Amino acid sequence: MKKIQNDFSHINGWGIDADPLDVPNYPMKKRTENDNKGMTWERPAQQAQLVEILHSNERPTLSAVFGTPHPPTGLSGKMRRWAFGFSESHVMHWLGLLLADRVQIMEGIADDLKSGHVPNLFEEHGGKAELKHNAAGFAGKVICTAAIVGLAVALLRRR
Amino acid sequence: MNYRGPYRVRADRNMPMPRIEHSGDAIVRVTRSCICGSDLHLYHGMVPDTRIGTTFGHEFIGVVEEVGADVTNLKVGDNVLVPFNIACGKCVFCEQQLFGNCHESNSEATAVGGIFGYSHTAGGFDGGQAEYVRVPYADVGPLVIPENMDHDDAVLLTDVVPTGYQAAEMAGIKPGDTVVVFGAGPIGIMAAKCAWLFGAGRVIVIDHLEYRLEFVKNYAQCEAYNFRSLEDPVLFIKKTTDWMGADVCIDAVGCEAAGSAFHTITGRKMMLQSGSAIALHWAINAVKKGGIVSIVGVYGPTGNIIPIGNVVNKGLTLRANQASVKRLLPKLIEHVQAGRIDPKAIVTHRVPLEEVADAYHIFSAKLDNCIKTILIPPSARK
Ligand SMILES: NC(=O)c1ccc[n+]([C@@H]2O[C@H](COP(=O)([O-])OP(=O)(O)OC[C@H]3O[C@@H](n4cnc5c(N)ncnc54)[C@H](O)[C@@H]3O)[C@@H](O)[C@H]2O)c1
Ligand SMILES: [Zn+2]
Ligand SMILES: [Zn+2]
Repeated sequence: MKKIQNDFSHINGWGIDADPLDVPNYPMKKRTENDNKGMTWERPAQQAQLVEILHSNERPTLSAVFGTPHPPTGLSGKMRRWAFGFSESHVMHWLGLLLADRVQIMEGIADDLKSGHVPNLFEEHGGKAELKHNAAGFAGKVICTAAIVGLAVALLRRR
Repeated sequence: MNYRGPYRVRADRNMPMPRIEHSGDAIVRVTRSCICGSDLHLYHGMVPDTRIGTTFGHEFIGVVEEVGADVTNLKVGDNVLVPFNIACGKCVFCEQQLFGNCHESNSEATAVGGIFGYSHTAGGFDGGQAEYVRVPYADVGPLVIPENMDHDDAVLLTDVVPTGYQAAEMAGIKPGDTVVVFGAGPIGIMAAKCAWLFGAGRVIVIDHLEYRLEFVKNYAQCEAYNFRSLEDPVLFIKKTTDWMGADVCIDAVGCEAAGSAFHTITGRKMMLQSGSAIALHWAINAVKKGGIVSIVGVYGPTGNIIPIGNVVNKGLTLRANQASVKRLLPKLIEHVQAGRIDPKAIVTHRVPLEEVADAYHIFSAKLDNCIKTILIPPSARK
């Protein structure tokens, strides 16, 4: 037999949202008269487009509002434009974007350096927290990296 | 905060000040924001079109600083909680209260509505792990925080509580049902708690982090098991349910699930699938025939390896969505005020926004027994 308790008095609010008359009790589709009329709703005012916004080719226009930070730029931007030529159903759309993300990491570092900012990789990775809360793990990583570098140097010297 | 690449973020004082870009916008000065399990998918570089320089953060509250010409429901100085979904309130999906699936808030993808600070795939909006944030459709989403409400509770009502509740709601729990929740993060904890409100007869949570299992056992008054010591979690659930399977299973883990070398390598390392789907795999196989699997764990857009044949052969119902925060808020505020849900009890870390890089690392690496982190900008600490 299933092991089920039957006294739930210790649980504040037990069963309060269980409505036996409300069957099924999960959110049902709320059908409205507009349900199958297509894109006919009265659209919110359109946000003015002042920067390049890529839009999914599975919709005819931009949505009424959109985020404007970080428009596509550089090589990663070119890759994103290319990726947006494919529908969301096409793997190249997403792979293209993931690759662009990787390319933009390098562009980000170049931009940092150009503006005279040397990124503090230790801090950006949360190194201080790692030292504080996982000193052993951190030491392990340092030793491991040192060992690999040492080994590589030794091997290269031997050649 | 400023995203620089996988596992790299930094606090940046030179981020541009957001401005009103649409007559329905508001600018909100953030007083608290949270780091969410969903942010980890961004932080780990798993979400396509996460551009360098993006500010994350979809769970935040704050004070209205400025409103656009058409905003009538809010005024400068209001303390607001802002649902993580950006919703127009007019499209056919908003009309159906599917506020997480709005069609007027995301140009980049039709597969999801706009979400604050959640990559260009979710609309390209900067998020609330910042001092100021642009809030579109300010008349629709934001809600003035009730006078007597704790602000830690308020910030958890922007995502965690509604998502946990909707996970239980979508599971169609009937009184007496055995509910298995995969994941003891903030979302799984809240789903377990809310399962009782629907009359669950038994609630079981599965994870592998002992400190979270210990927490959920007390907080949600449920059973909690470590899948590392179970050998086969599906078999365990079958045995403990008189060989029938759970009535409902909830996936509150998403695409970075641990527990399967195959999924970790193909999904998280090689990205041949949208992350690891082992928790969903377990959920499908551990639920009884004709049962319901409710998915709130987030997965990427390219697809995952799951036993869909078993879904067919067992006649399962899968239900899933981004939580519709606005739809659920009135009911959940009532539950919080009546003491049935105590959201702020899950907060373990309160961190100055300037230390965002450390905060991300701690939450991501599950250091220092972290469950939920709140970031507090300098202006809110005075
Ligand atoms: N649908 C929505 O509206 C919505 C909203 C918020 C969060 N989410 C998603 O919910 C998920 C959980 O969010 P969170 O904030 O609780 O994140 P979290 O990272 O804190 O929690 C995930 C938990 O799952 C555990 N876990 C890993 N593999 C597991 C497995 N195989 N079986 C069981 N447990 C496993 C982890 O140890 C961790 O405790 C994320 O995918 C997040 O993106 C969805
Ligand atoms: Zn969240
Ligand atoms: Zn809408």
